[in-house]
Amino acid sequence: MSAAPITPATVPRMGTGFRMQWEPVQNAHVLLYPEGMVKLNPSAGEIMKRCDGQRDIAAIVADLEAAFQAQGLQGDVIGFVELAGQQRWLVWD
Amino acid sequence: MSDPTKPQVGHPLWLLAELTYRCPLHCVFCYNPVDFATQEQELSTEDWLRVLRQGREMGAVQLGLSGGEPLLRDDLEVIVAEARRLGYYTNLLTSGVGLTPARAKALKDAGLDHVQLSFQDSTREMNDFLSHTKTFELKNKVAKIIKDQGWPMVMNVVIHRMNIDHMDRIIAMAHEMGAEYVELANTQYYSWAYVNREQLLPTHEQLKRAEAITDAWRAKLGDTMKLFYVAPDYHEGKAKKCVNGWGNMFLTVVPDGTAVPCHTAKMLPGLAFPNVKAMSLREIWYESEGFNRYRGTGWMKEPCASCEHKEEDLGGCRCQAYMIANDPAAADPVCRFSPEHHKVVEAVARAEALATSQAGQTVKEFPLVFRDPASSRRLSAAQTAPATETTP
Repeated sequence: MSAAPITPATVPRMGTGFRMQWEPVQNAHVLLYPEGMVKLNPSAGEIMKRCDGQRDIAAIVADLEAAFQAQGLQGDVIGFVELAGQQRWLVWD
Repeated sequence: MSDPTKPQVGHPLWLLAELTYRCPLHCVFCYNPVDFATQEQELSTEDWLRVLRQGREMGAVQLGLSGGEPLLRDDLEVIVAEARRLGYYTNLLTSGVGLTPARAKALKDAGLDHVQLSFQDSTREMNDFLSHTKTFELKNKVAKIIKDQGWPMVMNVVIHRMNIDHMDRIIAMAHEMGAEYVELANTQYYSWAYVNREQLLPTHEQLKRAEAITDAWRAKLGDTMKLFYVAPDYHEGKAKKCVNGWGNMFLTVVPDGTAVPCHTAKMLPGLAFPNVKAMSLREIWYESEGFNRYRGTGWMKEPCASCEHKEEDLGGCRCQAYMIANDPAAADPVCRFSPEHHKVVEAVARAEALATSQAGQTVKEFPLVFRDPASSRRLSAAQTAPATETTP
């Protein structure tokens, strides 16, 4: 379950039944789930697509900071993953 | 936009494919048209695959496969496989009858994303009675088959006067079965449910209790099981934004290939809906009269036209306006501002009176009309005036 607190070593993965894909018509990543859909904003899309069940938060943050030449993204990433966990978009052990 | 009454037409996000009206169940609240037995034509596999491709090109991303019972189509796996390949999120809406472990595996292999299993009630007697078959044990078995394939467990229970007092047990059963999403949907009064309306409408008292029970379970279960409670519009005095706006997000194709903005829209008079065999989905969505007629707010009459809530509910449901006010362009009579609202209030009052007089009787004595081909042929032959009120 997603109740465990998030640390840099947490490895988030897509929740059961959720699928993310790029939709050209909407010009956005969308998250699909049983009978529903969420259109993700660009930063949410960038975080989500790195939550592959392989990388931990530290690696995701490093990757994002390199890709967008930014610093100090860990707080934002953890904040989003926490929110996504409440919605069950993401789960971790 | 230069003309604020001319709606900007978005793209369809949801494609609902009603693959067949055939069904092993005979539910008294079924949303299929009452004359389904006179519409036996079904699209071919090729037709459906073309519809899927056209829908996806337009941006549709959620696909509902429903019916009738969609498992009765032998080509369901072919349809699912193509849908998944095209990038749809594929939802199968089923009674579970016909979902064997082998079929479930074949559908999983074809890429089916999710199965929504409908339950009529928590007790076997009530479930079998309402669906007119012996299906309750089967549904429990099917729930396990769904879990075994790793699909999220999504349950749908249609709520009405005869099962609403079992709300606590319904939710408890869903929890025991490991359901992750449960939709407790108050009956919407169209089609068969409209025929049986006086027997199905719950009382205000029952609704209050049911909502309190649902809230208590929500507090107890937190995020582990999501409970969606769909409030009944007859009791609320408030119209719903039906299908999220006419021709705004949903595109439904019924078994014979007619394309409609919602699955009951075919009942509306003076409105031609195209068939996917004769026209592309793009033309249907953007050009057809049927899809354009009630888009936006430009078509509205009073009291909707000058109402401050018109953007919120878009005048409510066109079918309900037709069924109750005998005018598809009228305000939805469930709305307290509708001049016909008294008809809805009276229907609820009649149901309340009937519920009181029936207290202590067994449900078997209710004069319910079951959804079956014989009743369907009888009702379609008898269909003269659409807004005939059923009186007890």
